[in-house]
Amino acid sequence: MLYREAGQFKTSYSADQAMLTIPLDRWFVFALTAFAVIGVPLLASEYLMVSILVPVLILSIAALGLNILTGYCGQLSLGTGAFMAAGAYLAYKIATNITWLPIWVVIPLAGLCAAAIGIAFGLPSLRIKGFYLAVATLAAQFFLLWLFVKVPWFVNDSISGVPPAPPRSVFGFQVTGAAAGNEAKYLFVLAFVIALAWIARNLARSRIGRSWMAIRDMDIAAELVGIRPLPTKLSAFAISSFYCGVAGALWALCYINSVEPTAFDINRSFQVLFMVIVGGLGSVLGSFLGAAFIFLLPIFLNSAPGWIGYSVASDTITHIEFMLFGVLIIFFLIVEPHGLARLWQIAKEKLRLWPFPY
Amino acid sequence: METLYLILIDPFVQMVDEPSFLVEVLIGGLTSGVMYSLVALGFVLIFKASGIFNFAQGIFVLFAALNFVGLMDLGVHPILAFVITIGIMTALAFAVDRLVLRPLVNQDPIILFMATIGIAFFLEGFGETLWGGDVRPVQVGIPDAALFWELGFGEILVQSADLFAGVIAAFLVTVLALFFHFTPVGRALRAVADDHQAALSVGIPLNNIWVIVWAVAGFVALAAGIMWGAKLGVQFALSTIALKALPVLILGGFTSIPGAIVGGLIVGAGEKLFENFWGVPLLGGATEDWFAYIVAMIFLFFRPQGLFGEKIIERV
Repeated sequence: MLYREAGQFKTSYSADQAMLTIPLDRWFVFALTAFAVIGVPLLASEYLMVSILVPVLILSIAALGLNILTGYCGQLSLGTGAFMAAGAYLAYKIATNITWLPIWVVIPLAGLCAAAIGIAFGLPSLRIKGFYLAVATLAAQFFLLWLFVKVPWFVNDSISGVPPAPPRSVFGFQVTGAAAGNEAKYLFVLAFVIALAWIARNLARSRIGRSWMAIRDMDIAAELVGIRPLPTKLSAFAISSFYCGVAGALWALCYINSVEPTAFDINRSFQVLFMVIVGGLGSVLGSFLGAAFIFLLPIFLNSAPGWIGYSVASDTITHIEFMLFGVLIIFFLIVEPHGLARLWQIAKEKLRLWPFPY
Repeated sequence: METLYLILIDPFVQMVDEPSFLVEVLIGGLTSGVMYSLVALGFVLIFKASGIFNFAQGIFVLFAALNFVGLMDLGVHPILAFVITIGIMTALAFAVDRLVLRPLVNQDPIILFMATIGIAFFLEGFGETLWGGDVRPVQVGIPDAALFWELGFGEILVQSADLFAGVIAAFLVTVLALFFHFTPVGRALRAVADDHQAALSVGIPLNNIWVIVWAVAGFVALAAGIMWGAKLGVQFALSTIALKALPVLILGGFTSIPGAIVGGLIVGAGEKLFENFWGVPLLGGATEDWFAYIVAMIFLFFRPQGLFGEKIIERV
């Protein structure tokens, strides 16, 4: 009853073009953001914040990145993990070599480096599409990880090859490394999430986002109406890799507190791809829902048998997890290709007519 | 100059200096290439008939081998286990067709591709739940002995199991070629591969054909799985190795059976040669992980249809 589109008249173009045109939507987003910034650090437990919210938020950034490439621009990528690794290793390299640079500059810089790498591996997309491109991104996945492991320059010749994250502070609060406070870490990650989500949402409805979607839906038609495929595709690759790079840097510096290659292997790429499919291809909201869902599902599966008094071997859980992921992917592709985000939208539309549907 | 010499000249000097090492490396590469070829063969069969890029083919190999080994461990005679596994793979083909492909008919190829990733994950979990995640050796009486061959320039070491795998692969390809050329089903498969609509209009039932082609791919997967298992043991690492079939396909062309075979051999031999003569001395080794993919990527730039691909890929 509260949620109404009818009667919401706009009196200016800017109101008509606003990101969220319905006031209730807008207030909901503002309230949610305010709660995430103020409420969560006050209320949430240490475990919830560091072990669940931080990784979910970071993976949301990666999912946003892949969604830009796969959901909006229609270019399948299996190299997300490699671009995240690029962000992580270069953030470490920059942070340890240019020590005076504030960390909130270092991470976007690492993202830019990842974007440059992304463009290089996106070049084949100009000649090929579909799964051919998937193979090219697999090349990125295997080659880049090999490079980061084999070239000690990236980790400052660290003997173990897995250096700890350098401790860095923002406004006097340490935000990276193992010694950082939970609230500081969480808020630091959250700041990136809010900024990047806002940018992504606006990119998607601006000229560049629309040209991505045109290329995705029909490249030849898009070319005919004057969209140049080359800059469009490469910009999708660059921006997507930027997001993945930032996510990788945050993952290494704020979550696992060390720079290690195993965190970014091919399974990570698949995990992020699943987030995008389950959450919803071509949806900013879907990236968050998918990230939360895919990350929390294994945790739920691990603890659910305990709640009802069963104990199941952990390897069985892993197998069930794999099967469930597979079934979910197929289920979502068949039933709801637009994922959880679309379900949310349907719920809202139902609510709009409630309690008097036609 | 020094670096250039190391990269461009020195490896070849080594090859000429030690011809028996070169031959051994080549044979090792070719035998692993046979395995890539067999996985790639399954890809090509399905791609030709239905235009679906079956990411799960690598898992099919593993799943077939797991079933075969599992049944044998239960005391089933190898031949019977082989027959039962073929039955399982056929049932799987049927299930995939009914539960996954049919509801997704007319979707973008990319959606179908992602659906096969889903199949891959499901089968991986399912196989592990059924048979456990241990490494299992396969004993089907494939002779495994080291043979020493005397060549003109020295002695080389050859594993008889590798030779056996090569023979089986050649046999399989011959059987498939005969099957495609001289049986009604094979002709129908080729007709469907050429043109779906034309095939339908002369009365070829498309639905059954898809089940058949997935079942044939399952059979190829079983053959590959048994040989791979005999060499390395049936283990879940096989599925990552099987990913290499993707660059093999790009090299050979997505629609060509000879392409899959030749591509596999080139990739297998190429990565072993590169690893031994360039990778280990110059790059610190482990180049096998990415060599095939990078070669495939370079190929995509200059010859996207592959060596034997008939159709030019749709340019963008």
